[in-house]
Amino acid sequence: MSRISQKFAQLKTDGRKALVAYIVNGDPVREATLPTMHKMVEEGVDVIELGVPFSDPMAEGPVIQKGHERALAHGVSLTDTMAVVKEFRKTNQTTPVLLMGYANPVERMGYSVFAEKAAAAGVDGLLTVDLPPEEVESLKTELASRDLDNIFLLAPTTRSERARDIAQHASGFLYYVSLKGVTGAGHLDVDSVKAKLEEFGALTDLPMCVGFGIKDAESASKVARLADGVVIGSVLVDAMSKAGTDSAQVAASVGAIVHDIRQALDNL
Amino acid sequence: MSDSGKQKVDYSAFPDERGHFGIFGGRFVSETLIYALDELQEIYGKLKENDEFQAEFDRDLAHYVGRPSPLYHAERWSRELGGAQIYLKREDLNHTGAHKVNNTIGQALLAKMTGKSRVIAETGAGQHGVATATVAARLGLKCQVYMGAEDVRRQALNVYRMKLLGAEVIPVESGSKTLKDAMNEALRDWSTNVDDTFYIIGTVAGPHPYPQLVRDFQAVIGREARAQCLDMTGKLPDALVACVGGGSNAIGLFHPFLDDESVAMYGVEAGGDGVETGRHAAPLNDGIPGVLHGNRTYLMEDENGQIIETHSVSAGLDYPGVGPEHSWLKDLGRVNYVAINDNEALAAFRKTTRTEGIMPALESSHALAYAEKLAPTMSKDQIIIVNLSGRGDKDILTVADIDGITV
Ligand SMILES: Cc1ncc(COP(=O)(O)O)c(C=O)c1O
Repeated sequence: MSRISQKFAQLKTDGRKALVAYIVNGDPVREATLPTMHKMVEEGVDVIELGVPFSDPMAEGPVIQKGHERALAHGVSLTDTMAVVKEFRKTNQTTPVLLMGYANPVERMGYSVFAEKAAAAGVDGLLTVDLPPEEVESLKTELASRDLDNIFLLAPTTRSERARDIAQHASGFLYYVSLKGVTGAGHLDVDSVKAKLEEFGALTDLPMCVGFGIKDAESASKVARLADGVVIGSVLVDAMSKAGTDSAQVAASVGAIVHDIRQALDNL
Repeated sequence: MSDSGKQKVDYSAFPDERGHFGIFGGRFVSETLIYALDELQEIYGKLKENDEFQAEFDRDLAHYVGRPSPLYHAERWSRELGGAQIYLKREDLNHTGAHKVNNTIGQALLAKMTGKSRVIAETGAGQHGVATATVAARLGLKCQVYMGAEDVRRQALNVYRMKLLGAEVIPVESGSKTLKDAMNEALRDWSTNVDDTFYIIGTVAGPHPYPQLVRDFQAVIGREARAQCLDMTGKLPDALVACVGGGSNAIGLFHPFLDDESVAMYGVEAGGDGVETGRHAAPLNDGIPGVLHGNRTYLMEDENGQIIETHSVSAGLDYPGVGPEHSWLKDLGRVNYVAINDNEALAAFRKTTRTEGIMPALESSHALAYAEKLAPTMSKDQIIIVNLSGRGDKDILTVADIDGITV
């Protein structure tokens, strides 16, 4: 069983919700990422989504776009991102880490090389925003051969039939995008999330996490009641951008937010 | 199998059902947009075969755009060059001054059919933005145009034209602040407002079915040119030349000739400071296949797969990718992709203006500059058709600026 599946199985046994947290590797400074990852785990993050910076992050809102731009300004690459995971694994062998990003850096590295290097670094899965199931076939084979999970998005516009297809391609968990729009958007509608999750939940046994538009303990609690876990991202990237360049301070800014949301999830 | 032993390609059979031209094309977008693309594909699939829709499209092209555009024999220039006869396909005479309007007329009809009340577009030089604002004004649709902040500065005239037409121009401050970033922002807008918004993409790029439908709308250029050439000269042309930004005017001219094996084709990319300098916008000359803006195609990128900035004197060619069908035609060897640098294009701009009394767009000037090289290598009874994709009025301030003149 993959580290991701193990984690979700454990959470289920414990009756807890998953807290999935996204940051961009190398943002705001290279040195901040590793301590921030450890701090997130310390404060209760279950799964880390490490963003791979890309020049054209077309699904991101302004906050995360700027995170990508800051990381790229000091040349952070996919190779660097794997190196950070390798460092992280020296002291943490239990927290799943997945890479989240866009197809082109992975294409450039080559699917087979990517899968080999990612597995060797201790990466557990990949979420590529712009690789829907119809384009993922050859990458999927490479990921599967290295036991890497392939995480897919479901959207408010996804129809049932397609969701069933996607679930068949997916492993680890499914990521429901709570709203039509980009990361960090502000128009979360809990009722529509509820309806869609009921529809999709009937189609698959995979755990379902909800992301986009979750900014604080309150919105996290509302959504967590409906799902197996929540994903936070923009709120962290925003805080990190305001914390200066001192790694400890950056990590602390994230820690405080994670701490609040974790408490809220554990007191549902 | 043909005589040469090469597999004969049925060009009309591409893209396939999922939008692929060989390894190129496809649909690389976030999940939210899949539904909208499915819907568009379904509607377009039906309308493509619908006589009424085609008749309305043709009517608009005739009475609103002013088609057919003339095929003009540039006799004086041809004589000077002393080689092949150059014919210009006069897309510059279209309403709004470029080929772009052929496509926006078609997509606006689709928008009307889908019942969406708002259209968005990305634009570089502003020509596609103007063409979109124009059809939106005519149909009473709300229109917002994304334009890189850098281009807003460079193309002030077109920005004001769009505003006069009732469109809102939204400057894009992210990334390199040019066309590719405008396209990112338009895609973000579309995934947010997918229920009431139709995205009018300006070239043969983007996710399936855009490369196909934009090509089909622009193919009127090649259909007309083919018939006009046969009519005027009794034979097919020997060569076609068109500039390639995203590639819509080029594919529009080329596509109806792809089965005519005797017709050579040249797609001219923007060489900027020179392909060897790396400062250019010529992915087919100096790029590698990758994924951007919803399709797999040749791209300009660094060794980490990051898209790099492009350079061209012409804003309409300043794009790091290219339509996927061109990538495929390159690999098949059916079309030759060459590059013309800024200085050569500027020289052709001046030359055509002075010799033929036709002021071409800087984009089209790239094609003219290549024809200038090609013609003397051919004989006097041979024919080159150059796609004069747009008129140069929009570029007068740029040229004046290069000349050190304040107008
Ligand atoms: C006159 C003209 N020609 C060519 C282009 C390049 O686009 P494409 O390669 O899609 O024809 C533009 C784009 O703005 C243009 O305005």
